Amino acid sequence: MANTKFSTSSINQGLVKSRSMLVGNDADISDFESISTVTVGSGGATYVTFSSIPATYTHLQVRATMLNASNLYSIKLRFNGDTATNYSAHQLAATGAIVISGAETSVDIGLIGIGAVNNASYTGAMVTDILDYANTNKYKTVRSFSGADGNGSGQVKFASVNWRSTSAVTSIFINADGSTFNQYTHFALYGIRTA
Amino acid sequence: MSQTRIPIATTTLGSAANTVTFSSIAGTYTDLIVVCNGSVSNDTDEPRLRFNGDTGNNYSTTNLRGNGTSAQSNRYSSQTSILLENVFGWKNTNNNTAIWQIFNYSNSTTYKSVLGRNANPSASISSCAGLWRSTAAITSVSLYGVGSNFTVGSTFTLYGIKAA
Repeated sequence: MANTKFSTSSINQGLVKSRSMLVGNDADISDFESISTVTVGSGGATYVTFSSIPATYTHLQVRATMLNASNLYSIKLRFNGDTATNYSAHQLAATGAIVISGAETSVDIGLIGIGAVNNASYTGAMVTDILDYANTNKYKTVRSFSGADGNGSGQVKFASVNWRSTSAVTSIFINADGSTFNQYTHFALYGIRTA
Repeated sequence: MSQTRIPIATTTLGSAANTVTFSSIAGTYTDLIVVCNGSVSNDTDEPRLRFNGDTGNNYSTTNLRGNGTSAQSNRYSSQTSILLENVFGWKNTNNNTAIWQIFNYSNSTTYKSVLGRNANPSASISSCAGLWRSTAAITSVSLYGVGSNFTVGSTFTLYGIKAA
């Protein structure tokens, strides 16, 4: 069978054939911008935060690579320091054997994903979109795709969160539901502009 | 702020090919995204992913898939590639889409995680969490069909995501 091989030295000519690569958005390539990055140090961290988020984008996206001290713990999020029961969430998850669907209503933090398998080298990953985050006329919607595999264990999870607040999102708090993010865990916040 | 999602490479197949490889990938990004849009010559085949030419049993996946009637989950441990499983595979008459997100690909400390999504518009959708048990930085990404070719007109694009 034929093989086709491309080297990056011969490309990047603007010949983009498909943009529909993120959780669903089709934003222009030039409108995806890095805002801030958090990398967890040797002491670990029980949470990460992004604060002073400018309102100059249309959507936000958090991309994470995680190592966790506990096995496949939930990843959760809050906005603007709101600890009241203003969050609800739905999830669809797969364990490698069964498929699970669940919901949480009127909770004080929203479920967005699954953490890593507890191993010094095994990572989990997550992509979370926060839609129309600066709009002050409606509640906020989050959608998230996450997963971790441990060569014998693991989970895939889709989640949505509703934050019942019309406030613009200016800060994001993410934790591992009582577990710890280990060293090398990496969270990056991006802004997505639209015309 | 600068552009942080950058098309690294893209191609449209002018002739059928079993394997498409992006090589000499620079370590200057944070994540990679591979978008594959097309079809395969064998209806039951799915595109698979390998890194750095590694054909060892160092890959594993946990999958979620649905066919319009039911949802299922399967696990594939100690495999020779990352399998983004679909119920019926890609169709040779459809414009199927697979998207892989490869996280923290250039770090040399941890194993590499992949999130994948796959759509066969006439039959099923699927997603997966994948793991490559290697601490090597990823410098090449190969997509291949187990027993078939990607057909003429299939497109493959590699993007880099650069964090601050």
